[in-house]
Amino acid sequence: MSRQANRGTESKKMSSELFTLTYGALVTQLCKDYENDEDVNKQLDKMGYNIGVRLIEDFLARSNVGRCHDFRETADVIAKVAFKMYLGITPSITNWSPAGDEFSLILENNPLVDFVELPDNHSSLIYSNLLCGVLRGALEMVQMAVDVKFVQDTLKGDGVTEIRMRFIKRIEDNLPAGEE
Amino acid sequence: FVALFLLLHNEMVTGVYKSQEQGEVENGRCITKLENMGFRVGQGLIERFTKDTARFKDELDIMKFIYKDFWTTVFKKQIDNLRTNHQGIYVLQGNKFRLLTQMSSGKQYLDHAPKYLAFTCGLIRGGLSNLGIKSIVTAEVSAMPTCKFQVIIQTM
Repeated sequence: MSRQANRGTESKKMSSELFTLTYGALVTQLCKDYENDEDVNKQLDKMGYNIGVRLIEDFLARSNVGRCHDFRETADVIAKVAFKMYLGITPSITNWSPAGDEFSLILENNPLVDFVELPDNHSSLIYSNLLCGVLRGALEMVQMAVDVKFVQDTLKGDGVTEIRMRFIKRIEDNLPAGEE
Repeated sequence: FVALFLLLHNEMVTGVYKSQEQGEVENGRCITKLENMGFRVGQGLIERFTKDTARFKDELDIMKFIYKDFWTTVFKKQIDNLRTNHQGIYVLQGNKFRLLTQMSSGKQYLDHAPKYLAFTCGLIRGGLSNLGIKSIVTAEVSAMPTCKFQVIIQTM
């Protein structure tokens, strides 16, 4: 029995490393293809968006979560279910705006950046920008327009990684804007 | 994590192709890019995976490791078939290969299949390389989603 358990955790570790290494190879390649960090950030966001749009289906199928009634519920589901399911971490939710339309996700550790160091000439690179795109794309598919951005980043020397999410509006129409 | 990886991989393939122009030469370059990325990832993975395992007895031992443990862990499924001519050529066959199952099985998609296999070829090549084996890895799809990876060991 213990052998099975060992295989399990080892396999999970390898899957996460496969993802982290692949992501790293992707960012490295993008830095080579694009001249400046801003363009790389945009690409990561776009790719993240495309992934998010498809990931949401997988998420809804696997998690059995019902429709969220408000942004607070959404925040909970993102942090406690989605992040746990896909990245194995549970960020904490803080810094709610008084209007209840903005909050922060605090990640003590970000699996994407395991073993990663930012070289000096890439100081404006938002390494994990893919995550912003993923969140944006996924939420758009459930009729929520949001703005997502990194506010703090451990790669840049901050103590934690902080993602700020802002609710813009509910999308009434079924056609997502800017589909590519 | 696996779900994320599959989606990321799909995006990477699409992304690499978008940033290049059409044409035979460009197609080759894209495949090389993807293969190289896979190579680097394969090297890194094997390094971490074999930190604690004992050294391998011989080449066949290594191939078996790739075909059993490495493969299962990465793709969650044992490779269906491993054949060798005992002279440095190994063929790994995978039915229902995960990276391909996301695409429809139809003749018109066969042309695109190589793009989705390039990364994995590099992955295998990178893994072997870090175990001290130089190789050439190619992939072939005759019918989706079955595919064959051919590993040719290059002796010094």
